[in-house]
Amino acid sequence: MASTLPSRRSFLALSALTALSVPLVAACGGGGSGGKPAADGKVTFEWWNIATTEPGKSLFPQIASAFTAAHPNIGIETTSLENEAFKSKLTATISSGKLPDVFQTWGGGVLQQQVDAGLVEDLTDALGWASDLTPVSLQAYQIGGRTYGVPYDIGMVGFWYNKKLFAKAGVTEPPATWAEFLDVVRKLKAAGVTPIALAGKEKWPGHYYWAYLAMRVAGLPALQQAATGKDFTGAGFVQAGAHLKELVDLQPFQAGFLGAGYATPGGQAATMGNGKAAMELMGQWGPSVQKDAGADLGADLGFFPFPTVDGGVGRATEVFGGGGGFALRKGAPKEALDFLKFFVLENESKLLASNGYLPVVKGAERQLTDANKKVVADSLVKATGFQLFLDQAYPPAVGQEVNDSVADLIAGKKTPEQVTRSITEAAKGA
Amino acid sequence: MPSSVATPTKGPVKGPAEERTENVVPVRPPATARSLLRGLASWASVAWFLVPALVLFLVFVLAPIAVAVRTGFFKWGGIGPMDDFVGFENYTKLFADQVFLGDMGRGLYLIVLSITVQLPFALFTAVLLNQKLRGRAVYRMLFFAPYILSGVVTAVLFTMIFLPGDGVADHLVGALGLEGLQGKWLAEPSTVMPTLFLVMTWKYFGFHMMLFLAGLQGIPREILDAASIDGAGAWQRFRYVTLPLLGPTIRISVFLSVIGAIQLFDLVWVMTAGGPNHSSETMALSMFQFGFKRYQVGYASAISVVLFMISLVFSLFYQRYVLRRDLSGAVTTGGGR
Repeated sequence: MASTLPSRRSFLALSALTALSVPLVAACGGGGSGGKPAADGKVTFEWWNIATTEPGKSLFPQIASAFTAAHPNIGIETTSLENEAFKSKLTATISSGKLPDVFQTWGGGVLQQQVDAGLVEDLTDALGWASDLTPVSLQAYQIGGRTYGVPYDIGMVGFWYNKKLFAKAGVTEPPATWAEFLDVVRKLKAAGVTPIALAGKEKWPGHYYWAYLAMRVAGLPALQQAATGKDFTGAGFVQAGAHLKELVDLQPFQAGFLGAGYATPGGQAATMGNGKAAMELMGQWGPSVQKDAGADLGADLGFFPFPTVDGGVGRATEVFGGGGGFALRKGAPKEALDFLKFFVLENESKLLASNGYLPVVKGAERQLTDANKKVVADSLVKATGFQLFLDQAYPPAVGQEVNDSVADLIAGKKTPEQVTRSITEAAKGA
Repeated sequence: MPSSVATPTKGPVKGPAEERTENVVPVRPPATARSLLRGLASWASVAWFLVPALVLFLVFVLAPIAVAVRTGFFKWGGIGPMDDFVGFENYTKLFADQVFLGDMGRGLYLIVLSITVQLPFALFTAVLLNQKLRGRAVYRMLFFAPYILSGVVTAVLFTMIFLPGDGVADHLVGALGLEGLQGKWLAEPSTVMPTLFLVMTWKYFGFHMMLFLAGLQGIPREILDAASIDGAGAWQRFRYVTLPLLGPTIRISVFLSVIGAIQLFDLVWVMTAGGPNHSSETMALSMFQFGFKRYQVGYASAISVVLFMISLVFSLFYQRYVLRRDLSGAVTTGGGR
């Protein structure tokens, strides 16, 4: 009998492994070797990206080798990591105080924490070619008037809708105001169509609604102010929650949405792609995920911007979204910045042709052929204001609380006031 | 070796018995010093063999525990220096957090159900498959197979089975006329825990069944026969012979179930991510959320310390008061005394 019994030691070891996992993963991790010129005068720098899927998977190495071929004295050590793995590894690396020379960033609160810790190079003065980029694409990497990153992709969130299902419910025109939007939802329900697909399990798709409503009701400056003043209890935010509750009370989501994932089988994208719901509020990647998880709606798929709210200060041209960019470690070799310039300016058409990215270079949107991409890019060009995804714009603890609280609101577990209080509490504690 | 102690043994007066011994051991210290020396020598060699294990234990077990305990006293976001000492604030916050208190409640819920439903079910199948039954080897293999599957594979499988509308589960209850259950499963706060328990049972009952089967086969046929001759019926034989003799196995099954339930992570993470609205969140999941999603590493460390303490205290008490008989029995047999 004794042999099948786990000894106290092995048990201790097991429980301790659980106990240790957090600090251990956070506390160790390899540091970057840094870009030191070797004896032969060759400069090598590290480049961490998240291009583990196509088109970036084959495109990024191509760009890197084109650059090193043109500059034989420069070497690039590339590390490609899957999104979540990249975040974990970067966190572990940061706590050792070292970053790779060039690394993927989404800007916002995470970048700000790294900047505050003095780990990121200020690119403002070296970035003479920033004027070639669209202002919207740079915004996520600008902190306190200084620029800390270079974008290579930018996108926005809006409503993707199924024209056929809209027609079935007798809706001819996409709604422009929140009241009209709620009306469309009612009409769709009356016609026996599920109005909206939502991935309740993943929480982040739900926060788009609250964030957009806050932008439309309270306005962009209020969102920034709330973040710096650590107070989200303003009337505009409560109202945003109340408007979201109006929508939730109509029960517009697919059956079992609280347990639904986004890109998983039977999830939000599949529901939308298979024509089982009329709308989803999603980023520019929406159509391609619909195609992967369900089916391609083709010409039946349309896009309309998030409606305005009567009495709110926000305008329909203010967009909510995010993209991807690269930042430099403080003290990274200047060749790394040359590489970024090459990557963004001289390869923009390659990036766009790969159909995986949206333009960050002024005027490049004309090169787009895909109708859905075009409409998103046009909205971005015409944008009069930009708000980064809240779960990236704010420190992680605050961003996750936004996601959690809004998910609770959608599930009927929290009132609009409680949502603003929880977020404020998280902001003050972070 | 001190020579003053050794010298008298070289004395000329010896009995025949001692002479014989001296042939084997030329230098013979007195009894106390000799055993001390042997003790030291054996300790030294034991220590040498222990070094690798001790180093691993120190580096991968004790040190991280110490780091976790220390980190738990700080407010730290994982970046930069850890200099914001907050004492027990993380812990007071933790025990005021409804979600964490809920985690503990849900852990208890799973433990209670495991012991009252899953283990009896496993015992029942074990007793059944211990009979002479056509194809029992096949059944044993089938029931044990889910245990070999990885937690993540199991979770993905059941996510599809419980898919609202299209899943096998919905079709099944629909065919049985229980439409009220459709579309719920993992998607409703009220049904997610029973559903989760169902999956846990599917995955783990086979393992406990195997333990029980092994235990059953260790029960001597003669005792059961003797009971029969004394007039015991099937139930009496089970209740008064089989069950008591299966005691050690049952106690270990309970132990493994409890520890498994306390530390449950992978199944839940993939199936529900703790949702809907924290209604299936476990302690390990909360720790992960705070440590790797919110980067509140200090707070997450506090959770991991509590998780560790609960497991530790439980296992110590369980070993002291429940497993004591099995343990001392085992040691006695092992020592041959």
